[in-house]
Amino acid sequence: MQKIGVFVCHCGTNIAATVDVKAVAEALGREPSVVVSQDYTYMCSESGQNLIKDSIRDYGLTGVVICSCSPRMHEATFRRAAAQAGLNPYMVEIANIREQCSWIHKDKAEATEKAIILGRAAIAKVQHNTPLIAGESSVTKRALVIGGGIAGIQTALDIAEAGFPVDIVEQKPTIGGKMAQLDKTFPTLDCSACILTPKMVDCAQNENIKIYSYSEVESVSGFVGNFTVKIRRKARYVDEVKCTGCGLCTEKCPVKKVPNEFNLGMDNRRAIYIPFAQAVPKIAVIDPDWCNMLKNGKCGVCSKVCTAGAIDYKQKDTVIEEHYGAIVAATGFEISDVSRYDEYAYSQSKDVITSLEFERLTNAAGPTGGTLLRPSDGKHPHTIVFIQCVGSRCTPDKGKPYCSGICCMYTAKHAMLTREKYPDTEVYVFYIDVRTPGKNFDEFYRRAVEEFGVHYIKGAVGKVSPRADGTLDVQASDLIMNEQLHISADLVVLAAAIEPSKTARSLATMLTASMDTNDFFTEAHPKLRPVESPTAGIFLSGVCQGPKDIPSTVSQASACAAKVVGLLIKNKLTGNPCVAHSDELMCNGCSNCANVCPYGAITYSDKEFRMPDRTTKTRRVAWVNPAVCQGCGACTVACPSGAMDLSGFSNSQIMAEVDAICK
Amino acid sequence: MQVNEQTGFVPTIVAFCCNWCSYAGADLSGTNRLSYPANIKIIRVPCSCRVNPIFFLRAFQRGADGVILCGCHPGDCHYTTGNYYTRRRMTLLFSMLDFLGIERNRTRVEWVSAAEGQKFAETMRSFAEEIAALGPNRRLADLRCREDAEEGRDEHAV
Repeated sequence: MQKIGVFVCHCGTNIAATVDVKAVAEALGREPSVVVSQDYTYMCSESGQNLIKDSIRDYGLTGVVICSCSPRMHEATFRRAAAQAGLNPYMVEIANIREQCSWIHKDKAEATEKAIILGRAAIAKVQHNTPLIAGESSVTKRALVIGGGIAGIQTALDIAEAGFPVDIVEQKPTIGGKMAQLDKTFPTLDCSACILTPKMVDCAQNENIKIYSYSEVESVSGFVGNFTVKIRRKARYVDEVKCTGCGLCTEKCPVKKVPNEFNLGMDNRRAIYIPFAQAVPKIAVIDPDWCNMLKNGKCGVCSKVCTAGAIDYKQKDTVIEEHYGAIVAATGFEISDVSRYDEYAYSQSKDVITSLEFERLTNAAGPTGGTLLRPSDGKHPHTIVFIQCVGSRCTPDKGKPYCSGICCMYTAKHAMLTREKYPDTEVYVFYIDVRTPGKNFDEFYRRAVEEFGVHYIKGAVGKVSPRADGTLDVQASDLIMNEQLHISADLVVLAAAIEPSKTARSLATMLTASMDTNDFFTEAHPKLRPVESPTAGIFLSGVCQGPKDIPSTVSQASACAAKVVGLLIKNKLTGNPCVAHSDELMCNGCSNCANVCPYGAITYSDKEFRMPDRTTKTRRVAWVNPAVCQGCGACTVACPSGAMDLSGFSNSQIMAEVDAICK
Repeated sequence: MQVNEQTGFVPTIVAFCCNWCSYAGADLSGTNRLSYPANIKIIRVPCSCRVNPIFFLRAFQRGADGVILCGCHPGDCHYTTGNYYTRRRMTLLFSMLDFLGIERNRTRVEWVSAAEGQKFAETMRSFAEEIAALGPNRRLADLRCREDAEEGRDEHAV
């Protein structure tokens, strides 16, 4: 039998004006198990809390009901007060008689009656409350960052700065990501490599950071604070310790016609290569698809020229296992495939290129050494047409429904830089809207139009058709002038939609992190928890969460690092005790609960049970990991045998409330 | 208090609200002093997916005249997918109630976000009106569960 104390708050006149608090306290005092029922002006004040604490001690209360404001307001306050008086904090229930009673009803008799019923429901619930103790788990003080682009680099650097070890896993042979391929960055036009490569070097030199390049995450298990991750380190066929990055092998390799993915296939590399001059780590890698030695055992030139003796044709993939407290997804983006849009003739003409290809063409380290030349004939283009929103802001069957966010600005940059370097070139930009919401962004765009004379035309391009003379006929409509245009262009640049990395979905499955329909990771709250995944211990950095430019990516990356540090600095994690638990005697191991659990908190194990005839029988039963369970209760309803229940919101508690209300 | 003017019937209504969206929405309608009938009593649950269809039946058995379940908008669930489960479970429950001859209007699922105090109040008002018009739930109410079983509210029945 519980001994329950009821405390009715006046909240000044907030409650007392429409609810007869004395009558409520009196009526609730007559309820079964209630040993004391009092009212007070402000229960949340220090003297109000002391009243509760004293009553808990004096009457030896086992349960407390507070009729006051919303539990979202002061539940924590009253639970703390109860704990200070030696009562388990989860023996406190709140009847919301302010937001859901006194503030919405005008008739005093009506409001008083409702307050009594709400109080009764809370008393009925407390009858079934059990003391709950929040579990504790340890924290592995090491973080994993998946993806080594600018987002991953910034997050790793910030975590390392705070004194925690961080590992970066990058699937490419070098970190740097998409930013390493860019020429200049808007709106300041500083060179991308000049601001990125020092950060890459910092990563390599920071003793808290370990880079696993040319590696992939193979599996993830565990929960917040205690993840176990298997990482596959792909064979480079080059000893990472011995290789000095001199590059002699890449000069002597006889296989010369391998498309260079760093330059998007616009020039060639060798079968053994270093992705680019500033690569980190600067270690050669052999492409097994092209290397003669690996394919048919005939060559071995690189091994002969390597003075360090780093070439190892027999190297195999290795899988290592590491433990982490927090995992950051920073998987970034890819450029979507534009060849599906036949109207832009991307696959028919070499002179229709994507913006990232344009970026490489204007980059001093690119295939043309920074001179803007047509890919088809190597001549200087005199008319360039930029087409915006290719694949972005489409119906789902045509492309991506979202705005890629960065195209308006980089196109303004491309147009401006082209006009600056080649004033004889005419530049047209076809747009739906120009979106420039960042700091100094609109000024930048206006400079492109006003100072550099870029022709911005609101309208869509209907068709790009290659002509026999090598030019491209661009058919478009100008929506403002309401006329059809034909522009004879030498080069057409498509602002292709960006899409999440192809590996993101399989990674999300491993992390049990949720994704939206576009395969971007979902944040825990779109406004208030933007860098955390709903799954505890998983954090989001950069474009993997949604399209964003470099400034936003870096801010998000640093915010993410702050959240990771906030987790890693804890020695113990206190869980929410209102989690699901399964009754082993009733569980039949059907897996219904595990199938609906969004967090992967439920596992199964075989357990021995003693039968009445003294034999033992082994059965498969569910076990909920309290550190992973977030307490939604989906499993409790899915359980056909009624073995699953949720502490704090148990079946008997909710039923008792229902009964009290319907009485 | 919502009352059926012709019969004097005062319905009892149970509302299950998820902690993260709809309960907060109910609090917001209180903060904004947007009134709705006092017949409605709210039970807080962590997520709409915590609500077992049995709770609906229990409420009806104990004499509730209407039961409403409010959760986060699809896609906004605090627990990612909870309200999708709710939607499927409640669709099944409602078609079963339909089969049993229980008026479809006695039950409802609504999505109310933490910012929609106005919507919460309007939803509750319209639901209470509907239940008052429907009259008492006699088919599922178990007379043995009622204290006033003798005099009964059935005298108000249409």
